[in-house]
Amino acid sequence: MTHTMKDGGQVLQVGMLARVEGEGGMHIEIRDGVVETVRLEIFEPPRFYEAFLRGRAHTEPPDITARICGICPVAYQTAACWAIEAACGVEVPPHVLALRRLLYCGEWIESHALHMFLLHAPDFLGYDGAVEMAADHPGAVELGLRLKKVGNELMSLVGGRAIHPVNVRVGGFYRLPTRSELGRIVPDLERARDDALAAIRLVAEFDFPEFTQPYPYLALRAERGYAIESGTPVTTSGLTFPVSDFTRHITEHHVAHSNALQATLDGEIYVVGPLARYTLGFDRLSPTCQEAARAAGLEESCRNPFRSIIVRGVELLYAVEEALRIIDEWVDGRVAFVDVPPRAGEGCGASEAPRGTIFHRYVLDGSGLITDAQIVPPTSQNQASIEADLRAAAQAWIDLDDHELTHRCEQAIRNYDPCISCATHFLDLQVDRS
Amino acid sequence: MGTAGKPSLAVWKFASCDGCQLTLLNCEDELLSIAGAVTIAYFPEATRAVVEGPYDVSLVEGSVTTPHDAERIQQIRAMSGTLVTIGACATAGGIQALRNLGDVREFRSVVYAHPEYVETLDRSTPIAAHVSVDHELRGCPIDKRQLLELLAALLAGRKPRIPTYSVCIECKERGNVCVAVADGTPCLGPVTQAGCGALCPSFARGCYGCFGPQDSANLPSMTRRLRAQGMSEPQVIRLYRTFNTGAEAFRAESQRVVSGSTAGTATAEEVST
Repeated sequence: MTHTMKDGGQVLQVGMLARVEGEGGMHIEIRDGVVETVRLEIFEPPRFYEAFLRGRAHTEPPDITARICGICPVAYQTAACWAIEAACGVEVPPHVLALRRLLYCGEWIESHALHMFLLHAPDFLGYDGAVEMAADHPGAVELGLRLKKVGNELMSLVGGRAIHPVNVRVGGFYRLPTRSELGRIVPDLERARDDALAAIRLVAEFDFPEFTQPYPYLALRAERGYAIESGTPVTTSGLTFPVSDFTRHITEHHVAHSNALQATLDGEIYVVGPLARYTLGFDRLSPTCQEAARAAGLEESCRNPFRSIIVRGVELLYAVEEALRIIDEWVDGRVAFVDVPPRAGEGCGASEAPRGTIFHRYVLDGSGLITDAQIVPPTSQNQASIEADLRAAAQAWIDLDDHELTHRCEQAIRNYDPCISCATHFLDLQVDRS
Repeated sequence: MGTAGKPSLAVWKFASCDGCQLTLLNCEDELLSIAGAVTIAYFPEATRAVVEGPYDVSLVEGSVTTPHDAERIQQIRAMSGTLVTIGACATAGGIQALRNLGDVREFRSVVYAHPEYVETLDRSTPIAAHVSVDHELRGCPIDKRQLLELLAALLAGRKPRIPTYSVCIECKERGNVCVAVADGTPCLGPVTQAGCGALCPSFARGCYGCFGPQDSANLPSMTRRLRAQGMSEPQVIRLYRTFNTGAEAFRAESQRVVSGSTAGTATAEEVST
């Protein structure tokens, strides 16, 4: 919706953003050809997770925090497990780490396929949504749905179900899948590898506007491989710090128009997500992924958020390859979990949600009850850069008609695959009205 | 009605995680058939296109937690033929209904320190506390097979077949060994409504009540069993007070344990008063 203000200014307003997870709107004011005000408005009602985590047992965060987001529950479960295990001084065995990575591959495949084909591609091909797009591009939509289904099936196989998996616990899993159970999904994953390559080729053909993002990128870097379920934060400005130091560098602020906190990195806007992971971890991708990325026109660094759909395709391919590798190496007969006896202390954990790095911090008392909890999801971290992109996009394309400009701005938001349900969960209300 | 005589479908979101409406998009094999059988008239997570109401069927996800949402659900009810609540937030207030308990002191103090800033009610309530509801799908999240059964039934003009027996029946159907009997694992299966397919016991885990209380459950007996299996009273209370904390049977039983009346032989009748 657009309208003209009494003083001649112009307002672009989208009350309800479509094809994003959760509820948000967009408000842009333009006066004399200059973008004056830009707001990503998050009116998703707060649910106060960090409040009611207080007094819960140290075993509960994986189940409870999964419910922050139906699209990326494994990101929450995994970061929660790392944080609680760190607080209790317990390390999980390598096969538990591998199974966490396998479950997480399912979430990457499912979430990236959902965003690429059902949420993002309609922008490039000029449709309101994937169902409308399917009338003219049935092959593309079926490809996306097939990939999404494999991701969901992998999550169900390892976790019990795709949304809020039941098999994750602090210290490991309730039950390990057997090699023969895992083997059942191998043919589907092998087909998904071809599908992922086709998906990358397909989205590489889209028209991408010229756009460059100047902000620092932050992503995890793992000891080996491309970071998914764990790693150490690194940035393109050369900073690296242990996960346990994240509160020293990442600060959350509350702004009036949003029910989500906005985070800064040492006081600056920064970006997490596929572009950050790709730019900071290109060398860790497999040769097939690197080759597919180059063939799709990507360089080793990507700073155009409109091209994030290609990067998601590359990551989807990587997740399929990793899933096949982990299944191939799986050995039966190991313990499903290690005990995590509670102790007083603080622990931090991080993982790479499909839309970016997520941090958890818990403080436990001697009996294992949570006395303080902090969760920094990716969309909170990206909120300031989304607004900065919006401002730059609106200014760059200010000569487009209102309808086109509004659509281009919506696209600038969807580039981030924002999860508004995730971002709106906080406890600390720090009013900053100045 | 939607276009071409097809029934129109709208999907609405209140306070929630998006997982239940995502279940519709997770029907990968059926999604395009569903889109062929109904007009998807309002579903912002999937499409920018909006068809004006009224709507033949509204699926409502999430709980009511703000004054604005309390008004919005009235408008949605007024323009919906059949209104279906989907998931634990919509049917019982969700985990965010933990705010309804008076003992979350730090939560309340934080909220009331800045009441002008974040518009929120002090209770999270299910949709049925505000408007009449025609059907409900339980679960955190809902089950895909139940969603498809509901949509198929509505399209065929018949009553949806949504079982109200307990998770125990599903365990027997799957041939699971009972985790409570064989392993002594605390399990809410006997008092929880079926629908998930007995997922947790299939993964060597006790049920934690995602689908909420089954309609004729004996909660005091369940509590005695959980205590005998070694759970402390605070653990039992927390187990009831999770994703369906606002469901009446779980709410009442957890309150009964809090007030310390578990030593006696309370009956279901006593608890419901």
